[in-house]
Order: sequence, then C-alpha cells, then structure tokens
Amino acid sequence: MTKKRIAIALALGAAVALAGCAGRAPATDYDAMLASMMKSSFRDQGIAKVDRLQQDVSNAECSKAQGKDLPDALSKSIEAANLKTVKMPADGRFIGDWKSGERLAQNGRGMTWSDASANTSANGGNCYNCHALDKAEISYGTIGPSLHNYGKIRGVSDPASEAAKPIVEYTWGKLYNAKAYNACSAMPRFGHVGMLDEKQLKDLMALLLDPKSPVNQ
Amino acid sequence: MKPQLMMTVLLASAVCASAQTKSTADGIAEYRKMLEDGNPADLYEAKGEELWKKMRGPKNASLEQCDLGQGPGKVKGAFVQLPRHFADTNRVQDLESRLLTCMETLQGMDAAAIAKTPFGRGEQANMESLVAYVSAASRGMKLGLPQGHAQEKAMYEVGKRAFFYRAGPYDFSCASCHGEDGKRIRMQDLPDLTKNPGDGVGFAAWPAYRVGNGELWGMQRRLNDCFRQQRFPFPGYGSEVTIALGVYMGVNAKGAESIAPGIKR
Repeated sequence: MTKKRIAIALALGAAVALAGCAGRAPATDYDAMLASMMKSSFRDQGIAKVDRLQQDVSNAECSKAQGKDLPDALSKSIEAANLKTVKMPADGRFIGDWKSGERLAQNGRGMTWSDASANTSANGGNCYNCHALDKAEISYGTIGPSLHNYGKIRGVSDPASEAAKPIVEYTWGKLYNAKAYNACSAMPRFGHVGMLDEKQLKDLMALLLDPKSPVNQ
Repeated sequence: MKPQLMMTVLLASAVCASAQTKSTADGIAEYRKMLEDGNPADLYEAKGEELWKKMRGPKNASLEQCDLGQGPGKVKGAFVQLPRHFADTNRVQDLESRLLTCMETLQGMDAAAIAKTPFGRGEQANMESLVAYVSAASRGMKLGLPQGHAQEKAMYEVGKRAFFYRAGPYDFSCASCHGEDGKRIRMQDLPDLTKNPGDGVGFAAWPAYRVGNGELWGMQRRLNDCFRQQRFPFPGYGSEVTIALGVYMGVNAKGAESIAPGIKR
C-alpha cells in the first residue's frame, strides 16, 4: 500500500466512522472525501498537469448541481462574471475565412496529455464532435444543437451590417466564453481559456455567419 | 492477413453493409454477432486462465487462492460484484486493484511497480489477459455490486460527485458526454451512465477487445482514455477516483447483463 493509499483509506475510515456515530452525527462529508481523492488520484502527464483539476466558481457550482438547474440568482451571477471576460476583436472585425473555419471545426485535437503543445496552433475547434454544421458532413455529434443554417435562420445576409451586429456580437461571445449566456453550458470557453486565438475565432465566426459558408446553404 | 487488420476490415464491411438508417451501434451489434464464435478476446481469456494457474513471481505461486470477493479461488460470479469492499485490505477494490493485491500477497510481485507500468507492457499486458479471464467467468450474469458496507456506500456517493466534477481546459466532466440518453460524439453513440443503460452497454461491456488498436482494455484503461479525452491529468492505475467511478457506474447498472469480455470498434 502506498502512503497516498493509506491516507485515503484512513480518510475513508474516519469519514465512515464519523457517519457511524450514534445519535445525530454529522452527515459524512463526501465533498471533502472527493477533494482528497481528486488530489491523490491524478498526476501530471505531458501538458496535462494536475492544476487542471482546480475549479473556478462556474465549474464548482455546476459540478455540485449534478446536472440540475442552478438557482436563478446564481446562474445570473456566474453568467455576468463570464461575460466580463469576453474580449471583442481588437480591430473590430469579426468575420474571417469560413474555409479555415471548416478545417478548424473538423479538427478535434488539442489539450490532451498526448498532444505535444498547448499552443493555439495545435488546437482544433472540436465543433463537429457535438454539432451538425455543413449538411455534407454526416459524421457529427448531438451533444449540442444543430448549427446548420445558423446565420441564415437568424437573418444574417451581411455580417458587417448594423442590423447583424447583435447576433454577431452574441456569437463571438458564445465562442469566446459560452458560460456568459448559460452558466452550466457543456461547451468549452475557447477564447477565455486561450484555447483558440482571435484569428481562429474569426474563422469559426465566418463558418457560422458568412452567407457563402456551407453552413448557410 | 494479420488478425488485427482482418478485424478492422470485417468491422468496416459490417458497418458499410448496413444501410445508413442504421446507427453505428446496430453495425457494431451485427459485427458482434458475426464474431460470436471468434471474438479475439477469447485468446486473452485463454491466456489469462493460463496465467491464473501458473506459478509466477518471487514466491513462485499461482493466483488460484486469490479471493476476488467470493472466497479464495472462486472466479465465477466474482466480476459482476466488483468493485466491492475487502476486509483484508479494508478498501473498496475493483478487479484490477484486487488482482494487484493478489499478485503482491500471493506471488510477491511489486504492485506499485505494476501500477506504474505503461499499458500493454510487461505485467500490464498480463493484466489484460487476467481481466479477460476473470470477467469471462461471469459472462451472461447480471451486475449486482454490494452496497452493504459503509465504505461501498461512501464510494458510490463520492463516485457520483467525481462523475459530475467539471474541470480542465474544456470544463468537461464524465457527465458532459454520459449524462443524457441518445447523445453522440461524431457517429459514436454515448451511453447514459447515470442510470442502467441496458444489457451489455456501458459498464456491462468492459473489459473489451478494441478492434481499432487490437488490444484488450480493462475498465482501468477505458477510464484512463476517458480522462485523456476529458483533457484531465493522468489518473493513477487503480487510483481511488477510478474505483469510485466504477462503483457509481456499476451500482447504477444493477441488473444489466455483463457481456465482458466484449468487442468494440
């Protein structure tokens, strides 16, 4: 038995012993057990270090909710805090190249311990893992909603127009930090955590909003 | 043709032959049927039985006196009740961590060193045959993990929390992919592991032979690759969090028929 194992066994034993006390014993502190278990169970491997297990408020609260809705006020405060992190593109241009966007959407690589680098250039957008986009791509996931005709459905005929501004800015924010609009969204926060850079986000924007993009055909 | 290549071709044809209205799962099910008499996991199973009975290690002993929860040497029916609490170690153990205990106590091997060995090498390669052998002895039986011991209940509760634990650069938890019915990643169907997903699905499908890489994966390796894709750091082999997740998934799947060692694409 390793020292870590002994520590866990003792922690488990102590927790169970506490729970077993007669009378009104405090409930077993499973959260504390989880915290100590997460600490002892993982190690660094390549670019995936144990500091990845630290949770910000959003992840901590959504974990605790175990798939249930958060209280309204808490959702709103998490969304507000995430919205504050969204940085609009420095040059005010939101739309890049949809062809590069499609390649990025197809690319499911990045950030695992078997990836050599955590640089944005090594990362894909992982979009098709969870979403339908171009109708021609039949290998798509269903964890997220279909994004086929994303721009068309929302009436975007010129993404640079004043009329399209609200939907363009919302889409940028959603890609940058999905938790700004849905506290416990299953979608990663691509811009916020520095997984994709501004140019990559612009290319994904083009895939979603450019009228010429296959997504809008 | 190499067996692995042949399997891949067979799988491809099984999937291609089916009409597009069929899901990948249907294709795999069809493929499984085709291979009923020739699942490569059988080879691991046979090798595992040999290893179980062979005198090995510094103590030159076999594993035949290993207690997997049903008493020393009782293999049949043991797998479908794991992970469970063991009095001698006073821990909840899954199949792999229990095998490590037996290899250490009976055969004098270094369990910690085996746990650190990369998958597929040295004693880890033997481990894959051993889990095939032990799980095959419970093939067709229903999952029935005990929850009578306080530690077993605690591991379920902690496992549930671990299942919903979001972190890492993608904010993923196990539940991100396995918390709802009828979801897929690309074409891959995802079982909902917060409940019983059915006979031979999810927890009841592992260990399994993986056609894609021609290896047999136990639950430890299955979970390891889940955590990799979850963008988490590296879980220790037989670490507490992996055992807690096993308890959570196994108890949720109570009554599901185990088809292990199964076959996966």
